[in-house]
Parts: sequence; C-alpha cells; structure tokens
Amino acid sequence: MPNMSLKKNEMPVQDADVRNKNFQEVALGYTEEQALDEAERCLNCKNKPCVGGCPVAIDIPAFIAKIREKDFEGAYQVIAKSSSLPAVCGRVCPQETQCESKCVRGIKGEPVAIGRLERFVADWHNAHSAEAAAVPAKNGHKCAIIGAGPSGLTCAGDLAKMGYDVTVFEALHLAGGVLVYGIPEFRLPKSIVQHEVDNLKALGVKVETNVVIGRTIEVDELFEQGFEAIFIGSGAGLPRFMNIPGENLKGVYSANEFLTRVNLMKAYKEGSDTPIKKNTSVAVVGGGNVAMDAARCAKRLGAENVYIVYRRGEEEMPARNEEIEHAKEEGIIFKTLNNPVEILGNEHKFVTGMKCVEMELGEPDASGRRRPIEKPDSEFVLDVDCVVMSIGTSPNPLIRNTTKGLETNKHGCFIADDNGQTSREGVFAGGDAVTGAATVILAMGAGKTAAKAMDEYIKSKS
Amino acid sequence: MYKIVKKQVLNPTVTLMEVEAPLIARKAEPGQFIILRVNEDGERIPLTVADFDREKGTVTIIFQIVGATTELLNHLNEGEYIHDFVGPLGVASHTEGLKKVAVVGGGVGCAIAYPIAKKLHNSGCEVHSIVGFRNKDLVILEDEFNAVSDVMKMMTDDGSHGTKGLVTDALKELIEAGNKYDEVIAIGPLIMMKFVCKLTKEYDIKTVVSMNPIMIDGTGMCGGCRLTVGGETKFACVDGPDFDGHLVDFDEAMERGTMYKEFEIGKREEVCNLFKGVK
Repeated sequence: MPNMSLKKNEMPVQDADVRNKNFQEVALGYTEEQALDEAERCLNCKNKPCVGGCPVAIDIPAFIAKIREKDFEGAYQVIAKSSSLPAVCGRVCPQETQCESKCVRGIKGEPVAIGRLERFVADWHNAHSAEAAAVPAKNGHKCAIIGAGPSGLTCAGDLAKMGYDVTVFEALHLAGGVLVYGIPEFRLPKSIVQHEVDNLKALGVKVETNVVIGRTIEVDELFEQGFEAIFIGSGAGLPRFMNIPGENLKGVYSANEFLTRVNLMKAYKEGSDTPIKKNTSVAVVGGGNVAMDAARCAKRLGAENVYIVYRRGEEEMPARNEEIEHAKEEGIIFKTLNNPVEILGNEHKFVTGMKCVEMELGEPDASGRRRPIEKPDSEFVLDVDCVVMSIGTSPNPLIRNTTKGLETNKHGCFIADDNGQTSREGVFAGGDAVTGAATVILAMGAGKTAAKAMDEYIKSKS
Repeated sequence: MYKIVKKQVLNPTVTLMEVEAPLIARKAEPGQFIILRVNEDGERIPLTVADFDREKGTVTIIFQIVGATTELLNHLNEGEYIHDFVGPLGVASHTEGLKKVAVVGGGVGCAIAYPIAKKLHNSGCEVHSIVGFRNKDLVILEDEFNAVSDVMKMMTDDGSHGTKGLVTDALKELIEAGNKYDEVIAIGPLIMMKFVCKLTKEYDIKTVVSMNPIMIDGTGMCGGCRLTVGGETKFACVDGPDFDGHLVDFDEAMERGTMYKEFEIGKREEVCNLFKGVK
C-alpha cells in the first residue's frame, strides 16, 4: 500500500543561523527510514511521466522501486545507466521544473521527492561501494572533450562506457568546471565532484588539466593528433557588467570572480593564499541561482548585511525557489524592483555605496516577463562596501577565434543541432557554450546526446 | 607538475627560471603569459613569457619577488617542480611590418620587453632599446638587449650605471634627434608606461603597452583583470595583455592593482618567517 501522505518527507537541513556562518553542506540528506518512507509515495505509474521531465531520461520509477526493495546498489545501477553524475544532480537539479513537475502525486499535494531520493542513492553508493566499475573493452577510437564541466564529463563518461579512448582537456588546474569554481561547497561539496571525476578516471577517461584549447592546443591539432570526434563544452564564458559608472572600483566583483576566489581558490579558509576582501555590507546584483550562491557566500564570509538587488519582482526571478527560500532563511535581504545606476567610491577608490532607482513592472517584454520601468525621482543610495555583479555571461572567444568553419550565432554561442553537431564535421558542442548560461542538468543532457551522435558519426566513417 | 631545469638569480629581487613545458614552448610567442601555482593550495599568478625554446620544450620566466607566491617560487630549486603551469595565454605582441621601433623597458618589465626586442631584431626591424632601473645592482639582461639593439640606452635613477635619468628622458632625446618610430613599445611599472604614453602622445607616436593586472583564471572567466581602454571595459587576459597605451586608463589600473596590498604584505611576511624558522 503506497504512502498517501500529501507532503514530501522534509529534507533535514542545518539550522539557518548556524549554517550562514559555515561552509558545510546545508542539506544533510535523507536517512534510510526517510528514503524508504518517501519511496513508498511513488505510484509506479505505467506511463512514467517523470521520465519525460528528466533531461537524461533516468528510469525514475525503476530506481525508486529498488529503494523500496532496500536494494540501494541496484537503485544506483538504474540511475548510473542514464546519468554520469548522480550525486551532483541529486543536489543541484531544479527537479521542481523537471521530473517532479510531471509527477502524478503533484496534482494533489506534493510530488515524490525524486531529487532527494536520487541524492540518497548516490550518497549510499559512494559510502558503501568500494568496487571499481569494470573498465569497458576499448574499441580503438579516440575522442577529445574540451572542458571538464557537467557537459564534458557526461559526454566523456558515456563515450568511455561505449569503449572509446577519451581525453578531457581542462583549462583550470582542477576538473569539474562550474561544479568546482561556481557552485559553493555548502550546496555541493567538492569531495563529491572529485569522487565523480575519479569514477570517470576509473573508466579509463584521461583528464589533462592546465590545457587551454584555442591557446595551448588548437581544435585542428586535436584532429591531427588522431582524435576522430571532438566535443566542445567550454562553458558560459566572460562575465557581463552593467556598464554603469564605478564598476571598476575596488570591491566590485563579477559573480564568477567572487565565487572562484571563494570556491576554487578556497578564500573562505583561514590561511588561503588567495585573498578576498572582507566586507560589512554586500550587494549582489541579479536574481539567478548564481546570485543566490554569491549572496550566501558573502554572508558566510562574515558580511552583516547582504542584499539581493534585482530590477524585477521576486516572481520573475530565475533562481530556484529552494535557493531563494534558503537565502531568505539565512538572512539575505531581498531588494527587488530596484536597479543600480552607479557605484560610489571614496578617495582611495574603494566602494562606499550603490545608487539605485526603484522600478515598477509594465507590460510583458520579449522574455514574457513584465518589463521593469524606472519610477521617477526614486533614487536612493544603498550603503555597501562590496558589489557582486551576477547578470550573466557572454561566450568565450578563444575557440571561436582559433577554429575555422565553426559557426556561432549573434551572441557568439556555437551553433549546434539537436544532436550537438556543429557546422564543422566531427566537432560537436553542448552546454552553456551553445545555449548561453543554463543549468547543470541541461548541460549534462547535451553531453549525453552528443556522445550518442559522436558514436554514430565515428561508426559511420569506419 | 612542471620541472625547473634552470634557475638563475639575476639580481637580489629578480630570478629567472627555465621550466619544462613542451606544449607551451611549442606555441608561445613574445607578449604572451603563463599562469602558475607553486603548490597544491597556492594562488594562481600570471607571469609573462620571457623566452622559450621549442626544441628543448622549455619556457623561461623572470619574476620579481614581491608577494607570498613569488617568495615561495623563489625557494624552489633546479630539479624541483612547479605544481601548475598553463599557457600560453593572451594575444601575442604584433610585430609584423614594423621597420623602426623604440622598445622601452623598466625594471623587471625588461624581462618581457626583451623577447619582443629580439623578435623585432630577428625580423629585420631597427630596434632602439631604452632600459631603466633604480640602480646598478638591479640591472638585468643588459648583454641580451645589447645584442639585439641598434641603439641601446641604459638609464638608472641614481646614475650608478649608464646615464642618470628616466627612460622618458632618453626617449625624448631620441625622438628630438629626429628618429621616426613606427611604434613605441613600453613595458614596465604602470607609472612608467603612463609617462611614456604621455610623452609619445605629444609626438603622436603609436604606443603599445603590456598590462599585468590581478588575474585568476586567465582565460576570460572571472573578469578580475578588467581595464578601461578607450572608455570600454576590456579583459587583459583575452583582449590583451597588449593595448594601445594612449587609450588605457592608467590611474584606474594603478588603483585596482592595490586592492590586496595589505593582504599581500602580510602573506609575504608569513612566508618569510616560515623560511627563517626552517633555517
């Protein structure tokens, strides 16, 4: 008899007033009892609507059925067939707009907590299974992956499982991409990313860090080196700024820089060689998940007041509800319908404030969201000593400028079809480098699709 | 891990290291830079490529000991390893088509100016080099510059070597003497580049400067290295490091460079004390 409770089992979390002072993981994960109880809420529908909501099409009812049988390793194996990074996805996927949004239980009450169950299974596996995955038999063909972020790692994992000899080239000193430089420790512990990367290495995937494709090696040279197909997953690219006065004052960061200093370079740890400015009041400009991450990091670094400054309303914010709620619980102050017009500094060029105007919402614009309009005479100064700009990115020019025949759109993103095929034979692309900044799971889905297309391409040639 | 195959102390605060990095050596051009991390927990710092040997597969860096990371780096010896070494980054200096150029180097900036002077010289360009140092003890690469320069001016602040005076004095003299330069290339402290640009602006001579701001990833991801050039925001790592000196906002760049000054001083002291303890 299924558990007919209308509510999900709640996720145990660190208390808000404790966690906003540390960098340990906020969500603690289900216990075995909670996982079993939650698994009983799944009706095991025949038509599996949830699977259609998953960008990598995990057989969700099947893995939940294994949980019910207490066969947690079996559940992991079901997920692993479709996803290379389950411990990551269980934590950072926006399930509420994907699998869980399609769940029949969500029509009356809350959907099954699929994400939390996925995380439980992945963590159980990582804690209990010492068994290394069997290295697949090699098929003698070589593939190169550019960028060790979510799309690249997924593509690499899938190709390795098919028997390809896969090399991943990463520009930074560490594999993981946005999972290590962007998403903070308290949302995704770096040991989990490292574990997933180690799993790939156990499958025979080679990871070459400190190699910048487009500089150290060019795409055409990869073909000369015998790689038959190449996947570009180079990520979202250069941070955007607002082009308002004062943006180059000391104390103004892009979200990428702020998060990279904190996460990748561990500036939050006492004794780190990489500095970050100590601030009293921080304004994070933007309303996405990255803005929430930056704000929550700023709070943990000891800032007394942390503001999210967003020109539209809370309804229009692109961030996940869970992230917004967590941020509010931790004491982040939301200043919606406010738009910065100037950053102010002192004689030493350090930030002393941010001049904003109030906004109101007009008719919907091209994005379908109501357009913010400035209220006359509403200017005010927000008292801050640090500003973090989290308003998006524009694609990195390195590969585009050094590779002939690779077409990009007017924004500079690579043009790829539904299979990830670019305008250049043998070159595939996916993730933020194609779509512009999006989510981890969409990037993974793109990596997965491309791996299939690369396999077909190589087979068609040989 | 990248092996140090040669280490040479150029003066009390400046060290040269030749590092095994065959992929980078294959591609490096004058004007480009690398980013390194000395150890597992180290920060990422950019250093300009001072020389490279494609056959041997080595890249030479020359660095001034200014902070904790350069202090740590300086404690490594031949045969030891640098944890991370990535590049070549940035756009190579444009030297094509230049017939007569004044290369101005200041202090450790000479380490970057030298490979450019050498490349110009090898391509048949007339090279006038003006190099400046605080005093005789700090002079580096004098013979190397002599070998690739048609005219060589050595300047020191105190007159202990070469001529007493600033590089701008020598440059002005050469211009006044009737030398018509296609371009002036100035590499050194921001304040020096600022005044070289001020001078060449008066004579309307195109001037290229090499910017070395605070940087993290060096591939266009973080935006920490941004500068204002001609009123626009540019990223030194992907758009530079070379820029039209007459368009660079030097005052802003100088301010931005001081962002972590206090932290750096503290960190370096920590490292120095650590090594004192060892001895």
